[in-house]
Amino acid sequence: MKIAVCVKQVVARDWPLRVDESATWVRDSDASFEMNEPDAYALEEALRLKEKHGGEVVVCSAGPGRLRQVIREALARGADRAIHVEDDVLATADASLVARALSSSLRKENFDLVLTGLQSDDQGFGQTGVVLAEQMGLPHATIVMEVDVDEVEQGRIRVKRELEAGWFQWMSMATPALLTIQSGINQLRYATLRGIMAAKKKEVRTESFNDVSEASYRIVGLHAPEKSKKTHFVEGTPAESAATLVRLLREEARALR
Amino acid sequence: MLLVVAEQRSGSLNPVTLETIAAAQTLQQPICVAVVGSHVGDVALELSSCDVSEVLTIDDVALEPYTSDGFVVALSQVVEQERPEMVLFPHTYQTRDFAPALASRLKSSLIADCVGVTSKDGKLLLSRPMFQGKFVAEVVPVGTAPHFVSFQIGAFRADSLKRVTNAVKTREISVSVDPSAIRQRPEDPFKEAKQAVDLTQAERIVAVGRGIKGEEHLPLAQDLAKALGGELAASRPICDSGWLPMDRQVGSSGQTVAPTLYLALGISGAIQHLVGMKGSRTIVAINKDADAPIFEVADYGIVGDLFEIVPALVAALGD
Repeated sequence: MKIAVCVKQVVARDWPLRVDESATWVRDSDASFEMNEPDAYALEEALRLKEKHGGEVVVCSAGPGRLRQVIREALARGADRAIHVEDDVLATADASLVARALSSSLRKENFDLVLTGLQSDDQGFGQTGVVLAEQMGLPHATIVMEVDVDEVEQGRIRVKRELEAGWFQWMSMATPALLTIQSGINQLRYATLRGIMAAKKKEVRTESFNDVSEASYRIVGLHAPEKSKKTHFVEGTPAESAATLVRLLREEARALR
Repeated sequence: MLLVVAEQRSGSLNPVTLETIAAAQTLQQPICVAVVGSHVGDVALELSSCDVSEVLTIDDVALEPYTSDGFVVALSQVVEQERPEMVLFPHTYQTRDFAPALASRLKSSLIADCVGVTSKDGKLLLSRPMFQGKFVAEVVPVGTAPHFVSFQIGAFRADSLKRVTNAVKTREISVSVDPSAIRQRPEDPFKEAKQAVDLTQAERIVAVGRGIKGEEHLPLAQDLAKALGGELAASRPICDSGWLPMDRQVGSSGQTVAPTLYLALGISGAIQHLVGMKGSRTIVAINKDADAPIFEVADYGIVGDLFEIVPALVAALGD
């Protein structure tokens, strides 16, 4: 089974974010970056499928040169090779442009499965996978919890999708297909020293991307959210703040007896 | 004209649809509500009491049960026939499954998860969370209509929906959906296990998030829940890690709760969590990061180390 996994590089979760001069993005020139966490679950699922059914895992990422960091990380965790579609505009591009960049290179090979994470930690549209499926003409399933490769009927997969409010649903479809993987469905592995060493010898193909088509939206401002409530911050030592909070909950909020 | 795509499953309306209609009503334009599925008459009738221009039914056996292929084929025909300025959806899991493909097929893309919309001199301005809710982006759609927009659950209130006394008219739109072209074969939805804990009935809830760091620290939160006479709950990452069972998860993929007191320990406040608890009467957040989005909904906050504050709270409650 030949599996492509699309991963994105995002600003690290614990990086203190500030709005940049243009007030349309965050200041990220000196930020630390990491693999988008939902994509890490997609990578893990691909590696597990390969371990069970054999084949190859190819990691594919679209963005500026700095995302080599997440490609190296994915290779160290066990991906076999990588494709890097390199263009600076992709760092802040919309889902359709990112999907076009990914599909331009994924189309050159015949993948049985294309996996993506559920959404990105930065823009969070949660649609690159679905748009990519549409552009590549693949059937898709979203928010996938479990992937079964149909042993009886060759060339089909059966996936468990999460619906809302505790409901689930199994669904089957022919491969090639695209799946967006729900976060938390597996336990992520870390790169081993051996993996890190092996990654250095793995192939990373760089491709260029020339697409000048316009995005379907423009960000004109970025600001901290307006508070829907005025928070009363309780200060002091742990003991003092605890005592004050309990008093406020009893006397002011009447949330405690 | 604004086209709102209603959500229904097996003939029952998902009430979040009403929030999206309420959002559309703020824009002062004619609104059509589209109901897609098979035997959707009852849902259409229910929606005909909303103050909109028309309810459109798209009724085809190939559209039940829901598949993304079926919905994209049907709705792309509806959009091409009716030519709306905007197509609006509630930002549900189902919308996330088909709306990006629909928008892409119609050479656009979905502006997802919006929490606000205004129109000034015919120009639309949308606001939506970014960077996991740490920021709100003001976004302008670019290019030709229609623009595709989904609204976060809870961002607009269904009780602000304008109704009419005389039902608005319903119009059937015929589309052609080739069942053999639907590539997904869905099976019946099911519930995993019986919910052992009904958090919706709890009067007080202590919820833990990533900040609890390890399973071994859970007794700390348990002690606090016990001291408050409440239930223990968690955000998604905690249940994903298997530290607490799934039936204790609060948020869009877990339970939606509105207790008298909700105490969030080390929960940053991702949108998916906030939608499940922001209706709580009093919200307390304890977090080391003063910028954590959880404080946007908190009535009381303590910025600090939960490992020091929680034992102090347990002690204070005993006094």
